[in-house]
Amino acid sequence: MTDQVPAAENLSPTDEALSVLQNQFPNAVRRDDRDGYSGIVVDPARLVEVATYARDSLGYDYLSSATAVDYLGKGDHLEMVYHAYRTTGGAALVIKAQTDREAATLPSLTPVWPGANFQEREAYDLMGIRFEGHPNLKRILLWEGFHGHPLRKDWKEPYYEQEQKPFDSRWPNGRVVRSEEHNPYGKNVQYPDDFDLDGYTSPAEAAVYEEMNLGVDIRSDLATERMVVSLGPQHPSTHGVFRMVAQINGETIQQLEPVMGYLHRNHEQIGERNTFLQNMPFTDRLDYFCSLSNNLGYAIAVEQLMSLGARYQPPTYRAEVLRVLMAELTRIVNHMVAIGFLLNDLGAFFTPMMYAMIERELILDFFEAVTGSRMMCNYMRFGGTAMDLPERIRGEANLVNDRVRDFNTMEFLRELILERLPRAVDQINEYLTTSEIVTNRCIGVGVLPRADAIALSTAGPVLRASGVAYDVRRAEPYSIYPELEFDVVVRDHGDIYDRYLVRIEEMIESLKILRQILPKLEETQGQPFFAGRGGIYSPRVPAGESYGRVENPKGELGFYIVSDGGQNPWRYHVRAPSFINLTALERMSKGYKIADAVGILGSIDIVLGEVDR
Amino acid sequence: MYGLGIWRGLRVTLKHFVNTYIEDVKWGFRRHIPAEAFPARQGLDARGVFTVEYPDEKLAVPERFRFIPFLVVENYDHPERPGHDWCTSCGICAKVCPPQCIWIVRGEDPETGRPVPEPEEFYIDIDICMNCGLCAEFCPFDAIKMDHDYELASYDRTTAHIFDKARLSKEFRYWQAIAPTRAAEEAEARGGWEHKDVLKAKAKAAKASE
Ligand code: SF4
Ligand code: SF4
Repeated sequence: MTDQVPAAENLSPTDEALSVLQNQFPNAVRRDDRDGYSGIVVDPARLVEVATYARDSLGYDYLSSATAVDYLGKGDHLEMVYHAYRTTGGAALVIKAQTDREAATLPSLTPVWPGANFQEREAYDLMGIRFEGHPNLKRILLWEGFHGHPLRKDWKEPYYEQEQKPFDSRWPNGRVVRSEEHNPYGKNVQYPDDFDLDGYTSPAEAAVYEEMNLGVDIRSDLATERMVVSLGPQHPSTHGVFRMVAQINGETIQQLEPVMGYLHRNHEQIGERNTFLQNMPFTDRLDYFCSLSNNLGYAIAVEQLMSLGARYQPPTYRAEVLRVLMAELTRIVNHMVAIGFLLNDLGAFFTPMMYAMIERELILDFFEAVTGSRMMCNYMRFGGTAMDLPERIRGEANLVNDRVRDFNTMEFLRELILERLPRAVDQINEYLTTSEIVTNRCIGVGVLPRADAIALSTAGPVLRASGVAYDVRRAEPYSIYPELEFDVVVRDHGDIYDRYLVRIEEMIESLKILRQILPKLEETQGQPFFAGRGGIYSPRVPAGESYGRVENPKGELGFYIVSDGGQNPWRYHVRAPSFINLTALERMSKGYKIADAVGILGSIDIVLGEVDR
Repeated sequence: MYGLGIWRGLRVTLKHFVNTYIEDVKWGFRRHIPAEAFPARQGLDARGVFTVEYPDEKLAVPERFRFIPFLVVENYDHPERPGHDWCTSCGICAKVCPPQCIWIVRGEDPETGRPVPEPEEFYIDIDICMNCGLCAEFCPFDAIKMDHDYELASYDRTTAHIFDKARLSKEFRYWQAIAPTRAAEEAEARGGWEHKDVLKAKAKAAKASE
């Protein structure tokens, strides 16, 4: 970043970049002038050069999201969309490159932004774009024998019923049929022509081992053995169905490849069949520890689109207060659980976990009373929230042996935020932070240097533990964060211990925010929590694109949404922080002991609902 | 000093251990938590063991708790229309339902073929229902509500998990019992405890007799 162009004031990133890029690359760069779109469209032949220039001379060193859109029937091309940011903050430069649907090929940007690695593999897997120059282009979420590319608009899933919801068969003449009766398994599953299921061995599987020199290779000069170890997919330390294939020499990791997709359900395509509102409860199921902040990210993305249209009403102040309240409590829940599981991974089996769970349960009691569910909250709506706080947190005895609890909501909240949670954080601190077992296993292990953390597009605590003060709440503020006072937690060593400390300190910062939220909650009591008229289940979302992002506990969660003006999103993409943070797993693990791999994975804090989508 | 951190940690564990017994002594060593101790032992002041012994004790779920929806029908001892569906088969719930698990056959007058405001059939595939609550949120007649009964385990999903209208219907009084505050709020919004259409008909009749 030597000859950095000073960021011009009041100029959108697109204008600013265009003014420079059009001189540098005449005829290769143009403005994306479709209605509701922003950014630049780059000639694929010059894409790598333009991206390199944007990174080195314009300062867009952080690639947040890379995804593809299928414009079938709307120009019939595939489009790759890159959202690049400066780690110093500010809005995105959106770079797009288009390619033909039939022979879809684009140059890979992994050499420019290594963080594009998994995301390009995902685009290859689900959209069928070949990336030339990609170091390891193979499917990532689906298996190698899979037929077709499921995010393409002409792909139909098993049990396919209709292009878009709501389905016509449900009303007014909805005689119930189970989808599997209607469409028996196998009938709608396609295999490649020469496929023989019985004799099948996965080429990907073989490739994983081959690349790593399958087999034991005894070298005469050294008394160590090289071998390949497969951890997972069913293993308590992998936090779900996730697998790491590591090549070790003696005990030292030389190569490590994450294998994922076991929980893949084509979330994004489900999202494109759904209406805008119907996606809300589905976002709960991404990172199921943080459903409320997932909701918030999605609501923000759709509100951005809605704001392009007439008669848009932004969320009310009360709604924003409630949103931040929920998002920050979610952060505490998540970090509690993350720390508990990290300690599990380090061998402190379940005692710290249980202490963390107690506090989580209490917060979930509050969530349950407000939203109706402990984890699948489905609480945010476009323009506000679904409900206000109830007066009392109280259950009615209904089943046999039901025991009733009854608390005043505001008192409960006050005590929770002012006393219970600070005490719990202190307790964790006392319990773990100085424990020699924790420090010995964490300090100096799994180091991710600053430059790599940025290049590999890591986000959240992982990025901040490597010395990058990047927090979406500050870098590109949303909701009422600008008026709240809190610090962005940064640590410099980039090891497991720093990631642990960042989480502890972030809980303390969250509590600081929550203390400022409490008086706001009281001031706004009784004000509307929803802007506009309620009861609208199919809001009008104008055509265009939007990228809404929030600082989720695990990192930056982004939703890239394209609307064609209809009831359903044309494209619905989730930039999942856990998924992209895994890009850095190999870099973190190389050179450390195989026993540390588990702790390193724990310190990234992944959740498979979000990784596999 | 080496080992100090571990000692400090163990003290926390010890404290939890001892606290459990202190709490037990305080509440008289009963096997199950007595009802009056429940808010204390399962609330913000909880110190010791934090688990409940399901199914001998259960936490009553809050009013807004969402589980598989049920259909509100008039109380079975209602003077005018006992057991009458509140649902008018308008189809909104079937349209908003994200996994599309609601199936409705709109009621028709057998003679005229015109739609009548009561569903002929109403199904929810509870295997697919994601308990999101959108159907209850957007039903304009307060006719579909989220239930609190989460104990629905059964042996066979192919026969037992598609709930039909009979299985789904519950008296209005049940809704009043499980969610008194919500029910009262909704009644206020409707302008009375009766069904919207009944209230409308009453208002019309009152106007006509003036
Ligand atoms: S929205 Fe309400 S009234 Fe309409 S069909 Fe559904 S349950 Fe019946
Ligand atoms: S709760 Fe949600 S998923 Fe279940 S029936 Fe209602 S709308 Fe459908």
